[in-house]
Amino acid sequence: MKQVVTKTAAGRATDNVFAAAHGRLPGSGLVAHIRARAFEAYERAGLPQRIEAWKYTDLRALMGAVLPLAPRPDAAALVRAAASVKQTAVDRAVKLVLVDGVFVPELSDVDSLEDGVAVRSLREVLEDTTDSAMAGLVLSTTTDAVISLNAAMATDGFVITIADGEAVKRPIQIVHVTTGSLVSNFTRSYLQLGQGAHAALVESFVSAEGASGYQTNDATIALVGDEANLSHIRLAADAADAVHISSSIIAVGAKAKLDFFSMTCSGSVSRYQGFVTLTGEGSKLSANAVNLIRHKQHVDTTMVVDHAVPHCTSREKFRAVIDECGRSVLQGRIVVRPGAQKTDATLTTRALLLSDEARADNKPELEILADDVTCGHGSTSGALDGALVFYLRARGLSEKDAQALLIGAFLGEAIEEIVPESLRDFVTAQTEHWMQARR
Amino acid sequence: MALLEVRDLHVGIEGCEILRGLDLAVNAGEVHAIMGPNGSGKSTLSHVISGKPGYQVSAGQILFNGEDLLAMEASERATRGVFLAFQYPVEIPGATTMNFLRAALNAQRKARAQTEFSTPDFIKRVREVANSLNIPQGMLKRGLNVGFSGGEKKRNEILQMALLEPSLCILDEIDSGLDIDALRIVAGGINALRSSERAMIVISHYRRLLDYIVPDVIHVMSKGQIRKSGGKELALELEACGYAQFEDAA
Repeated sequence: MKQVVTKTAAGRATDNVFAAAHGRLPGSGLVAHIRARAFEAYERAGLPQRIEAWKYTDLRALMGAVLPLAPRPDAAALVRAAASVKQTAVDRAVKLVLVDGVFVPELSDVDSLEDGVAVRSLREVLEDTTDSAMAGLVLSTTTDAVISLNAAMATDGFVITIADGEAVKRPIQIVHVTTGSLVSNFTRSYLQLGQGAHAALVESFVSAEGASGYQTNDATIALVGDEANLSHIRLAADAADAVHISSSIIAVGAKAKLDFFSMTCSGSVSRYQGFVTLTGEGSKLSANAVNLIRHKQHVDTTMVVDHAVPHCTSREKFRAVIDECGRSVLQGRIVVRPGAQKTDATLTTRALLLSDEARADNKPELEILADDVTCGHGSTSGALDGALVFYLRARGLSEKDAQALLIGAFLGEAIEEIVPESLRDFVTAQTEHWMQARR
Repeated sequence: MALLEVRDLHVGIEGCEILRGLDLAVNAGEVHAIMGPNGSGKSTLSHVISGKPGYQVSAGQILFNGEDLLAMEASERATRGVFLAFQYPVEIPGATTMNFLRAALNAQRKARAQTEFSTPDFIKRVREVANSLNIPQGMLKRGLNVGFSGGEKKRNEILQMALLEPSLCILDEIDSGLDIDALRIVAGGINALRSSERAMIVISHYRRLLDYIVPDVIHVMSKGQIRKSGGKELALELEACGYAQFEDAA
C-alpha cells in the first residue's frame, strides 16, 4: 500500500524559516544539535490544532504559517524602538531591552544592576563554547510544539542569576519590542532566584510605531529558590494585528512565594501559557491574569499549576473583559500529585461580556490524585449589571465612565494583589488606558 | 416658574400603565412629601424623573428649570442637579466608596465646567460630611456599600447628596430599613441640606418619617395619580383614615 504524506502549508513555511535562520542562531556543537532536535519535534507536531491543551485556540488556523525571522534591527529601527521603550518603562525598573529578538545594550540599564544580580545575554552564553553546561538552556522540557519551536529558533534573551539572600530593590524589566512587519522573533530567558532572595521581574511586549502583522514567541524559565520571593508580571500589548505566543515554566522551591500576574490587552491572536510546579513543601502561589479584548482579537490565557509536594497553596484569579467581536479563553488546570497532601488550591475564572458578539470560553480543570486536599474552582460569564450602571449614571457618570468604573471594579480583585505597589499602579494605568480607548 | 413641573404624565413598563396622568409642581425651597400605598407608582415617578431606562412615557412632560428633562440622559439630569437617593442602594465590590465619590463629584464638576477638586480638598470635604452623618472613615475605604447595614447604606446616600449639592433631591423610601436612631441621623442630614435654592421630594408610605422631616406640601398618591394635596395636617388625616379613602377618588 502506498502512503502519501502531505505537508501542511505551515510545515513547509517553517522548514524554510529554520533553514533560512541557520546562521542567525547562536550556539554550535551540542547547542546546534539540541536546536535541530527541537525543531524536529516541532515539525512532527506542527502548529497546535485539535489538541486538548489548545482546545479553543486553533493556532494552525489562526496563525497560518511561521513568518521569516526578523532581520537584526538597523539604526532607524532602534530609534523607533527607543520611543516604545520609553512609554513602556516601569518606574525605577532596570530595563533589559530586546529589539526584534536582539539584545540592545544601549537601550538597557545593565550598568545599574544591583549587587548580587548577574545578567548575561542568551546569545553570549550560548556562544561561549567553554561552558557546555549552557547547552541545557535550549532544552525543551515539555512536548508543547510552540516551546520546541522557541528552543530551536531563539535568537537572544537573558540569563539572570540572583544570589542567595539578595533582596533586589528595583524591578528588573525585560522589554520586548518588535519594529518590523510580517516577521517573527523568538526570545528565551532564564531567571534563577537564589535561596531566600527577593526580586520582581516584569516582562513587557510592545511594538514600535508602524510595526504590523508580526509574530512573537517568547519563553521564560524561572527557578525560585527555597524561601525566595518572586513577583513576576507580564504585560502583553503587542500591535493590534500581531500574533503573540509566550510560555513560562516556573519551579517554586520550599517555603518560597511566587506572585504572578499576567495581562494581555492587544494583539490579534495571543496565547500565554504558564506552567508552574510547586516543587518544595510549604510554597505559595498567587497567579492572577487579565484578558482585555476588543475588535476580533483572540486572547488565550492558560495556566497549569502542578502541586508536586504536600502543604502548598495556590490561588488563581482570572478575569476577562471582552468587547465587540473579541474572544477570550481562560483555561486553568490544577494537578495534585499522589502524596501532595494538604494541598490548598483554588481557581476562579470570570468573564465580562460587553457586547452580544463577545465570546468567552472558561475551562477550569482539577486533576486530584491525593485524598487529603482542599481544591475548588468557579467560573462565571455575564454582562454588566444594568442596575449598577444606572446607579452610577444617576450620580452623573457618562455611560462610558460608568462602564469603566465597573470594569475597573471587576478587574480590581485580580490587580489588587500585585506587589510592589508601583507595579500595581502601572497596571491600573494600562487598564484605564484600554478603557479610554473603547468606542 | 416651578423648579420641577410634571404635566399629565403617563408611564408604563412592559405594557402596563403605572402613572396615569400625574401632575406635580415643586418650587425651589420647598419640601414635598409623596405618600401612598405600595404599588401606587411612587417609585416609578422617582425613576422616571431620574432617567432610569425601561419605562415608556406615552404622554406628558417633565420640565426642570423649564427644560425638557425626558430628552436628557440620566447622567445629564444628574449633572443638571437632579439627585435620587435610592430605596435600594447598589453594592459595587472592587470600587471603594472614596473612589466612587470622587468619580461622581468630578463628573458633575466637569459637566458644569467647574474645576475638579484637588485630592486634599476632596478628602477634607468628604471627612467633614461623613463625620456629620456618623459615617466612620473606615467605611469609605471599603467597596461601595459592600457589607454596609441598611442604615449605613442610607447614610451613604445622604453623604452623596451633601457632596453633590443637587437642586432637586428625590428621597425614595429613605426611611425603609432604618431603626429610630438611624432615622434620626438620616433625617438630620436631610434637614441640614434644606435651603431656599433646593427642593426635595420625600417618598414614603409611613407617616413617621414626616415627624423628622416636616414637609411644606403633602401629596397622596394612588393608582398612578396625585389624589389629594395639602399641608402637613394631611398627614394626620392619613394617620386617622388610611389610604383607602383615596383609592376610588377622582
